[in-house]
Amino acid sequence: MNESLLRELVPAVIGVLVRRGADFASAEDAVQEALIRALETWPDDPPREPKGWLVAVAWRKFLDAARAETSRRGREVAVQVEPPAGPAPATDDTLRLYFLCAHPTLPPASAVALTLRAVGGLTTRQIAAAYLVPEATMAQRISRAKRRITGLPLDQAGDLGTVLRVLYLVFNEGYGGDVDLAAEAIRLTRQLVALTAEPEVAGLLALMLLHHARRASRTGPQGRLVPLRDQDRSRWDTGLIAEGVVILQAALARDRLGEYQAQAAIAALHADARTTAETDWVQIVEWYDELLQLTGSPVVRLNRAVAVGEADGPRAGLAALADVSPDLPRYAAVTAYLHERAGDLDRAGELYVEAARAATSVPERDHLTREAARVRQVQGGAPC
Amino acid sequence: MRYLLLKHYRGGPAPVEGWTTMDRWTPAEVDAHMRYMRDFADRLQESGEFVDGQALAPEGTFVRYDGAGRPPVTDGPFAETKDLIAGWFVIDVASWDRAVQLAGELSAAPGAGGKPIQEWLEVRPFLTEAPTVAG
Repeated sequence: MNESLLRELVPAVIGVLVRRGADFASAEDAVQEALIRALETWPDDPPREPKGWLVAVAWRKFLDAARAETSRRGREVAVQVEPPAGPAPATDDTLRLYFLCAHPTLPPASAVALTLRAVGGLTTRQIAAAYLVPEATMAQRISRAKRRITGLPLDQAGDLGTVLRVLYLVFNEGYGGDVDLAAEAIRLTRQLVALTAEPEVAGLLALMLLHHARRASRTGPQGRLVPLRDQDRSRWDTGLIAEGVVILQAALARDRLGEYQAQAAIAALHADARTTAETDWVQIVEWYDELLQLTGSPVVRLNRAVAVGEADGPRAGLAALADVSPDLPRYAAVTAYLHERAGDLDRAGELYVEAARAATSVPERDHLTREAARVRQVQGGAPC
Repeated sequence: MRYLLLKHYRGGPAPVEGWTTMDRWTPAEVDAHMRYMRDFADRLQESGEFVDGQALAPEGTFVRYDGAGRPPVTDGPFAETKDLIAGWFVIDVASWDRAVQLAGELSAAPGAGGKPIQEWLEVRPFLTEAPTVAG
């Protein structure tokens, strides 16, 4: 049994413990301990019934902890020591865990960590490594999050919008460690699609698949960032694109548009084009208009200006920036590009330098510094 | 022994003659510089001397407490005259001499015309925990 299959069992096992009477926080701790034990022992001694093994070990860990707590407090354990029999509605359990872990009262970083642990079945150490924080810090973040949601009923529907935002965050923040967070986000979103009938969940999955398809072409040698217009499109994963498009079309057919479906539609139009020039920019602008209506987001307004620049020329793109705040990250980068396209290389050079100063990541900063050097060289008349 | 190799956007001794900002280099020179920086970090990893490496954005502010019930006072963005930290490497090496040698290597990163930029780097020892056997 490989590690990802093991991890898939985690939410269901937490559900079993909770139905036997454990509170969520203790059940989750017990399952985490059982998971770590499984990671240590299964490679040499795999159990015949992985889920049964996990339930048995986690339940024992839970009872040990509850007894220790009882003797500490001198009170009786509130749970039954013998598990009650009964049906196991595992799918409902898992869905409720998504809602609980991404509860609107939790700060996003905590919701992300808790979701990765309780729904994703990652260990605290793996999550800490992925987000580049000490393991003790991550452990503390998770236990504080659990304390915050203590007492919330596990049997109520939660806020799907928050769940989707949390999954989007996991997908978008590709940090270090040995865990592929983008792949993990896709796995968790795929699982959520199977549990709900909301078109926006499918929209988010399509969006992730369509972006994931471009991953190999997004970075060049030495981690250098390659913008969409320069990507080698023959390296895009056509299987993922096809899957994303099918999922998106089925979602759109249900006629309940949301921001993730609209974003996925834009990604699908990019995926459909062989070059930047062949891209259907007019339709992309229309989707940005939809997206703007749905979200009113200034970032969408900024990205829309780029699309307008491609559809109607750089001057139109710059005009579309009129009502966008210059304080936005990437504002300078977008204006630099549009000025370059418009042939104003002096201004473009200055703006690329400004954009590099405002960059929020090292690859982005390096890329913009290179762009500044590039237009300045073009400007000086030297070969590129 | 741990040392901090501190890189500055500005501040420190006067830069060497002929120094230019990166946007005035050719794209190939920019690439060569970035490759050198990455290779330097890789070499530290391989030699078992790397602890941490981070870059800072140039934007930020000074902040201080301003009394109970009052919001903190801020003073920023940083004045143009201020020393400004750009980033750092933390290294764990056998000696001060080794730390200085590595800082020298880092400062030899290529710039315009492929020549070493000879950037000033600040080297600072970390204070340690109290030793178990004291005296």
